[in-house]
Amino acid sequence: MIRARKLGKRFGDKRVLRGLDFDLAPGGFAVVTGPNGCGKTTLLRICAGLAVPSEGTIDVDAPRAAIGYLAHDPLVYRELTALENLDLYGRLYRVPERRERIGMLLERFGLWDARHQRVASYSRGMTQRLALCRVLLHGPELLVLDEPYSALDAAGAELLDAQLDELHGDKTLLVSTHDPGRVAPFATAQIALA
Amino acid sequence: MGRSYRIPLPALAAASLALVTLALVLVFYVAPNDASQGFSQRIFYFHVSIALTAYACFGAGAWKALRHLWKRDPRADLESYVAVHQGVIFGSLVLLTGSIWAKISWGHWWLWSEDELVLFLVLFLFYAAYFMLRFSVDPGPQRANFSAVYALFGVVLIPVSFLAIRIAKSFVHPQVFTLHGPNFGGWMLVTYCVAQIAMLVFAHTLYRVELVGKRIDARLRELRLG
Amino acid sequence: MNYVADVRALARKDLLLELRARDTLPAMLLFVVATFVVFHFSLPAHSSQLAASGLLWVAIVFTALLGLGRAFVPEREQHVLDGLVLAPCDRSAIWLAKGIATFAFLGAAEVVALPVFALFFHGIGIATVAAVVLADVGICAVGTFLGAMAVATRARDLLLPLLFLPLAIPIVVGGVGASVVSSPGRYIWFLALYDVVFGVLCWATFEYVVTE
Repeated sequence: MIRARKLGKRFGDKRVLRGLDFDLAPGGFAVVTGPNGCGKTTLLRICAGLAVPSEGTIDVDAPRAAIGYLAHDPLVYRELTALENLDLYGRLYRVPERRERIGMLLERFGLWDARHQRVASYSRGMTQRLALCRVLLHGPELLVLDEPYSALDAAGAELLDAQLDELHGDKTLLVSTHDPGRVAPFATAQIALA
Repeated sequence: MGRSYRIPLPALAAASLALVTLALVLVFYVAPNDASQGFSQRIFYFHVSIALTAYACFGAGAWKALRHLWKRDPRADLESYVAVHQGVIFGSLVLLTGSIWAKISWGHWWLWSEDELVLFLVLFLFYAAYFMLRFSVDPGPQRANFSAVYALFGVVLIPVSFLAIRIAKSFVHPQVFTLHGPNFGGWMLVTYCVAQIAMLVFAHTLYRVELVGKRIDARLRELRLG
Repeated sequence: MNYVADVRALARKDLLLELRARDTLPAMLLFVVATFVVFHFSLPAHSSQLAASGLLWVAIVFTALLGLGRAFVPEREQHVLDGLVLAPCDRSAIWLAKGIATFAFLGAAEVVALPVFALFFHGIGIATVAAVVLADVGICAVGTFLGAMAVATRARDLLLPLLFLPLAIPIVVGGVGASVVSSPGRYIWFLALYDVVFGVLCWATFEYVVTE
């Protein structure tokens, strides 16, 4: 599903990625590890299609509609409600049975009661859970998750564990994390960025 | 390091020197005096040839911009930037020579009635903003995209602005002064053509020189990164 | 059609954001009226009516700039634009939707501003109104486009007026011409031409402004 050869990325004078080779087969679960600033986010952005490499090649065998990307930022409008945010994304991704699916996700991640509140009033954990709803809304084949556990409390983390359990093997996942032990049961490959 | 052009740079520089010298000789010694304006009008030969050269530079910048956006040519971004840079240099010279000509002919340093001068003023503002835009973004694909798109806007602005300036004449404060070029004939035409070719070659030489310099800078930076 | 549905969804979002925030439109209204008052004091005693017409267009352009500077701020905050760019929709829909929303606000501001202008200075003819509508299209098309670029730079609010004003000069020429000259047809056509030419250019190249 993803094939990278000699992948490199520069920002001006700073080289963030260099000579990276890896393959991720469909259904695989790759964990990206490494210290802060080593390029995990950059790699994930490239795989999601938001950035182009400075050198080397990358082939992602999934159209935009089949990719779900969880960034450091939740990518939701703070002044809109959870429902309005998901409705917008649902329309843009042409999600079938949009309303039902949004309801189901909000409920699963414990946000149903807060659905009419503006995201600005959410806690960080709630916002992260909303971001997860956004990512899963259109049922992507390839999930690119950048430190998904970072803002979650214990309950939220458990929800995510359950979600990953459901998805792995069936969908392809590329996850960066500071806590590889947590996703070790699902992982099929590891990419360690020095 | 760079791919080899058909014309080596030293030869181009020598040709520039020769042509510019020839143009100067023709303009100041050979071309006949214009009946109405006398000696001062000689600046016209350079003024117009520089103006057309500036348009050519902006056009080249836009063309390279298109190549960057469309064909993802990795060299095109720098080439577009250098072309626009040359365009701004020559554009400033248009304003300068036009201003001198206006002062000599009419005693005013600026004439709103001269369409071309006003157009270059607008273009100067536009392309000055190009540099502000470029230097406000970190080097990378985004900066290249922004610059390219803006260069395309510039080249579309040229005819639209020109039309605007034309139709503005009906209501903008009318000025009686206009600068007329000499009526062409014989040696005047020859002089103009030589001056034009000289300016184009000169611009191309400067373009190549700056491009080489910038490419060396980029390569050095790459080597330093290791 | 999918494209239209995308534009509609995005434009709804933009209108909703502004209606919630309620800051840009009131600011534009206040700004334009304040500008008119400044104009009164800037016009010497025996200035013609025509001078005031010219100043109307200055007011429109700068009021628009005020609104345009804010257009992409919700998207740049926390990089929400990435979310929109990731979606399978055509990226130009983002520009079109934002432009439509900005057009609505600018129009709303002018619905108040034009009568106020008529009150302070002199009446406004149908040609002027037509010119204002066409000019708004051009201003919103080009301004939203440039706003998306400006907000991604270090200079941000400093940069947008610099990028926008040279491109606004033809709009001002068209607008003032239509307001002032006895046969304004030429200027109206010119504004329409500007809108088409730059509209197409913006639509075709917006993709490159939001992607790498």
